[in-house]
Amino acid sequence: FMQRGLDSQTKKQLEEEEKKIISEEHWYLDLPDLKEKESFIIEERSFMPCEDLLYGRMSFKGFNPEVEKLMIQMNSGCKEEEIEVDDKMEADVSDEEMARRQVIFYVIINIRYETLVGTIGKKFLRKRDQSVLQDEDEDGNNNTRPSKKAKKKFLKPQD
Amino acid sequence: RGRGCGAEGGCGAPVWPDSFVHRLQYVPVRGDHIIGIVTAKAGDVFKVDVGGSEQASLSYLAFEGATKRNRPNVQVGDLIYGRFLIANKDMEPELVCIDSSGRSSGMGLIGQDGFLFKVSLGLIRKLLAPKCEIIQELSQLYPFELVLGMNGRIWVKAKTVQQTLIIVNILEACEYMTAEQRKQALARLSG
Repeated sequence: FMQRGLDSQTKKQLEEEEKKIISEEHWYLDLPDLKEKESFIIEERSFMPCEDLLYGRMSFKGFNPEVEKLMIQMNSGCKEEEIEVDDKMEADVSDEEMARRQVIFYVIINIRYETLVGTIGKKFLRKRDQSVLQDEDEDGNNNTRPSKKAKKKFLKPQD
Repeated sequence: RGRGCGAEGGCGAPVWPDSFVHRLQYVPVRGDHIIGIVTAKAGDVFKVDVGGSEQASLSYLAFEGATKRNRPNVQVGDLIYGRFLIANKDMEPELVCIDSSGRSSGMGLIGQDGFLFKVSLGLIRKLLAPKCEIIQELSQLYPFELVLGMNGRIWVKAKTVQQTLIIVNILEACEYMTAEQRKQALARLSG
């Protein structure tokens, strides 16, 4: 819907508006720092947390056993105990799990280390074996040498 | 007339205006447990009188185990123990009979028989305090069941009508009786 003639004008207007908005935002960024004062007064409409009131349903001398069970649940802070038990359970499990995980971790590392040592060690052994073999050949028979050299060099056909 | 609000001081100790002790008119507060009387069934919603300036709505689905097919058996005139889900000055108060996890936890229909009466809001606070002497002394008398609503309503049920009315009278009189007078009255009853 934008006409060609108005493009540049509207773009300039939009840019100016954006600049205004940005500059206003800059202002707003400065102001909240001053306004953020934590108030020490908390307004609470219900009396429940103020006085730790009990649960409203009560039963005495076994008149209503379900309500008496409810009373124990809601009033004796069982929720807090359950939360503590859960935390302890989680802590125990996490400790055990951590120990297991550490053991498994070390075992895996050892296995990998051994395999690494094995593969690298074999390479070294081969080279050493080769050099040891070559030394032994040099000290030992020379017959094998020309044959090896003969095998390596091009054999001229004998007349 | 003020609203039920308490302000916490700087050291974290709650402070509340003491003029609310003798108050009778209840103002719905979110989270409060109250006793309501069902006054009407309007489609999927019950209208409940909670003693406030307007009636509260209670959806039939707001009961434990309620579905569209399995509706709770609530009739006009029944007593409900529920809590406020919505309670502010801009909207109609809304009650539910389940807690945040969907369990009833003691809320719902209050059974047949028993006696409902009204006391001041300050007495309810006193009775619901952790170590209330009145409740402790009454519990020694005979077996009974008690429901206390934060809207000033108390429901009592004992084995006989006479026992029920005795408890009702003691609770009503606790508004103005001193501790000694109460103990004398209870001594006469048990003696």
